[in-house]
Parts: sequence; C-alpha cells; structure tokens
Amino acid sequence: MTRHPKTQAGPRTVEDGGTSVVHLTLNGQELLAHPGQTVGAALVDAGIQSWRTTRKNGRPRGLFCGIGICYDCLITVDGAPNQRACIVPVCEGMQLSTTAAPVDAATDAPNDGGTKR
Amino acid sequence: MSTNPTPSGQTVGAFDVAVVGAGPAGLAAAAAAADRGKTVVLVDAGAQIGGQYWRHPDERAPRGPEAEGHHDWKLFTELREKLRRHRQMGAVVLLPNAQVWFVEPTAPADADDREGGWTLHLTPTIVGVDTAEATPRLVVAARLILCPGGYDRQLPVPGWDLPGVMAAGGVQALLKGHRTLAGQRAVVAGTGPFLLPVAKQLADAGATVVAVCEANALTGWARHARAVAAVPAKVAEGAEYALALARHRIPYRTRTAVTRIDADPTGTKAVQLAQLDAAGRVVGPTTTVDVDLVALGWGFTPSMELITAVGAQTRIDVDQSLVAVVDNSQRSTTPGVYVAGEATGVGGALLAVAEGELAGIAAADALEVHAMRIRRLRARIQRLRVFAAAMHQAHPVPARWHEWLTPDTTICRCEEVSFDSVCRARDELGATDVRTVKLMARPGMGWCQGHVCGFATAKLAAAAEDRPLTVEDLRPLAKQTLCAPIALELLAQVTSKSTDEAL
Repeated sequence: MTRHPKTQAGPRTVEDGGTSVVHLTLNGQELLAHPGQTVGAALVDAGIQSWRTTRKNGRPRGLFCGIGICYDCLITVDGAPNQRACIVPVCEGMQLSTTAAPVDAATDAPNDGGTKR
Repeated sequence: MSTNPTPSGQTVGAFDVAVVGAGPAGLAAAAAAADRGKTVVLVDAGAQIGGQYWRHPDERAPRGPEAEGHHDWKLFTELREKLRRHRQMGAVVLLPNAQVWFVEPTAPADADDREGGWTLHLTPTIVGVDTAEATPRLVVAARLILCPGGYDRQLPVPGWDLPGVMAAGGVQALLKGHRTLAGQRAVVAGTGPFLLPVAKQLADAGATVVAVCEANALTGWARHARAVAAVPAKVAEGAEYALALARHRIPYRTRTAVTRIDADPTGTKAVQLAQLDAAGRVVGPTTTVDVDLVALGWGFTPSMELITAVGAQTRIDVDQSLVAVVDNSQRSTTPGVYVAGEATGVGGALLAVAEGELAGIAAADALEVHAMRIRRLRARIQRLRVFAAAMHQAHPVPARWHEWLTPDTTICRCEEVSFDSVCRARDELGATDVRTVKLMARPGMGWCQGHVCGFATAKLAAAAEDRPLTVEDLRPLAKQTLCAPIALELLAQVTSKSTDEAL
C-alpha cells in the first residue's frame, strides 16, 4: 500500500488566487476541494454521484450513509484500495482512482468512473 | 497517567474512565467524570468531537458560522470548552480517528464481584491512508461508558441502491460537515420528525424539496399531548420546522411513502410516491416526481456492537430497536459498564446529554454528593424518555412495507442479496430466524456487517410468522467478534488471551 507521510497538522492546501483550495485528481482528471472536506463531499460537490460499480451486478454506487457505516462509497486513494470516501479527508495532491471500468449495468454504457448529475 | 509500552504495541492507561463516542452523550459523560476529578480517555471514530448531531466543518478550515444548521450549539461549545480545559490539565485524553474493535475485561472480577477494569483494542478509523494520527493499540480503564450513538434506519425499496439515493442523515452530514448539497431537487421520505430538519436544511442550502413524505398520519401524536407538553423545547422545534416548510413551500405529505425509484442514464430519478393505509399498504393511485436526490430515513438504529461485546443485557425498545438495559444511574447489567445516549433507546441529543452527565457522575461514584442534580437529571431523562416513546408510537415502521418490494429488490446492498433470495431462504429453506436467513442467503455478510440491512432482514425473517421483533431477532446481528474492520497485521500482533479464545 502506498503511504504519503504527512507531517503537517491541519488540512494541507495551496493558496489559489486568494482562496484556499485542495487539488485532487480522479482518474487523472483534476478536481478542486475545500480544505477539511472528505473525498466523498468533494466528489459530490463536483457533481459526481457514483464512482464504483458492484462486483456482482455491476450497479453504480456512491455515497449512501455518508458517515462511515455502509461501505458503499469505496474508492482507491493514493493507491490504497477500499477506502471510505465519506470519511477520508482530502489533502493536496491526493490521487483518487475508481476501480477498472466495468460496464455500467444501468445504461450498458462504459462506466467512465463517474456519473454526472 | 502512566503508559506501559507492551510488546504488542502501545498501551495507554490506566484511566479511571474510558468513554467511547464523542457525541452528545459521550461529551457530557467525559466532562461530568472529569469535573469530579476522574481521569478520562475519550475515544471517537471521527476526526473531531461532536458526533453526528454536532457534526461541523473542520475546525482548522472554517466554512462560515460554525453554528449554522445546528440546535443546542451553545451546549456543544460549553462541553467543548470544558473538555479543552480538562485536556490542558491532563485530566482528559482525546483519541479521535480511533475505533474500538475489541473489548475485554483487563482482569477477572474477584470473588467480591469487584470490577476488574477494561481493555479496549483500538484501530485507526482510516487504514492505508496516512492521516498523521497515531492511535494507541490498547486503552486500559477501570470503568467504561459506552455512548456509541446510532445511524439512519433503512427499509429497502426498489431502486434504493441507485446513486443519489442517500440516508437522510448522510444528506444532513454533507450539509453540516462540508456545506455540500447532495442534489438540486430532492424528496425526503420515511418516518419521524428527523425528516423535517433534513428538508429544511436542503431548502436553506438552495435545493428544491419536492416533498416530505411521512409514512404515518400525524394523528398518532394526539394520544400523547401530555408527553409532548412536558417538553416545550421539542414543541418549539416542531413549530420552527413547520414554519420553515411553509416558508419554502415544501409539501408535507402524510401516509405517503417512496415505493419505487428508477433512474435514467443522466442520473435523474423517477420517484414513485404512494398513498398508504394505516398498515402501510399502498392504496389509491401513485404519483411520480423527478428528482436527483432521495433522502430516506425510518428512525434510527443504535450501534450495539460494543454493548453486546461486554455481555450487557439488551431489550427491544418501543421503536423495535435493540437497546441496552440500564438502571436509573445508566449502569448496564455488566459491572463497571455504563451506557448513555441512543444505545439505551433512541431519544435525541438532549436526552443523550442528560444520560451522559448522569453516567459520568455515576462512574465517578459521585451520585450521593450531587443528590439534587441527580434528581433533576433523572426527572429530565424521564420526561424526554416519555416524549421519545410517544414519538416512536406515532412514527412506527409500516407493518406491510415489504409489500412494496419486487423479487429483484436489493435487500443487502453489500452482498447484493435480492428480496427473492431472502424469501426463498425463509419460505423454501425453512429459515425463520435472521441468523439462518443470513447463512442461507448472505444478507448482512458483507462489508457493513448488516448495519444497513439488518433491521429489514430481521423484519422479513419474522414476517413469515407475522410477529413483532424480539431480542433474539436483533441481537445476533449486533454481536460481532470484531466490532470494526481491522488490518490483518493488527490481528497478528494481538497477544491477548481472550482475543485468542474469541477467534
């Protein structure tokens, strides 16, 4: 598992045009987040409702309980798989990746790893 | 405070009191015990204190006024300040981002039935992503106060596993913790007063709330006028939400449920709203609304893993939740273990705070010293309990909810177990109890260990005989050898006798 030692206390951000933002990537695409947010909140803010498909029926999933109970929102963070997006805090440079792109059962279209609202 | 490094890792202790959960009950318990000179360790799975009720944006990166979207915020800031002072003095140690995955007696109680103290085994809440938090492996304390809180109770409906369908509490958590709006057009549905703040906060944040669907009629409250009048704060809160819904022009539809959700490729959801009779059967025509967010909540389920782990007696509460049996000092039936908050019966934050304070005083052996305060606390707890019972009776889970389901409706989201599979296990394979249904069809056997589908699965198992739930229905779901998912490397380092026996 990949570890990025973070020694700095507090949400790590870079100053961006006067407002504090955190830069993340999802499958290589840049996403911006507020410091202190969770990965799940940042994805939802970006209009993404789903970022994985279930292993049996290939159903799209995203946040459900939002508080770490349900494990629906699993995502790979900096190479570490099966992280709960709803509780992992964002930090500068974090790389998010959805698992392989199985076919989205709901639409039969290739799942690009994110369902836009 | 002494620390004893052990071969298996870092131990902190021994404390007078360990409090698990830093929500309303846990904060009040920790403060009350520390106020009376006890050393306290406060363990919480979250990154900062407050629990679900007082979830707020990261204090190191504020997002507007902290109090936004909160009730009783002053109570929280008082508790937070009190704990800050206690931590400065070294009386309280806070361990955030830590989950208890196993709990065991430190030493056997001796013949005089004295308490031998407790050892909590901890795991970081987040494993694999470095959060710069060092979580000690073991915490040792003479007494335990368990304040695990709860989470949204769910009833499956066709399409409830679609993205954009969320637990009502999850929708609120995004707003309270992150100022994140989970959708632009929403339906809020289920039962109970909690639907109201969720709808209000969505609308305040700019969403269009198409409807709040309350499965029950509100006439259930009429029988409980006295219980309601005894808690004026709740009446005021109810009036505030009624006004807010009117101001935002949000329709409040009673005897109405979301019975089906379909999605098109753009993520827009067609949500079927059905009129119900008193038993929850669909009567009359259904209507369909298009939204991008559905928030569902059927009351709350207390987190009972730690209560069952210490062997404390449980009972079924008015709302059919499994809860801990406690006496009038919050003592469980296990010596040295106190329980406060939702785990003694779902009743909201003010009840949790009162119970937490009482538990903290009791665990500090200070009941006699504060006789007057104790009398007041017990009276308040009694009033709030009576109110909670009225609320549960007015907002039951509709008896025939399972008639809304289709054979392919997902019951268990983790293992993708269909309603059909559960029915076949029950009706063809003779599984009439939840444990056997689990073994035959696998609901509750996945990542979340039945937290989400457990109640529904128990109800379906009991539906064969059309009977109310019992402790035997729910306790097997709550009893888990490991109370949290852990890394195998952590398990490999455990050298405890009782963990060996348990595993």
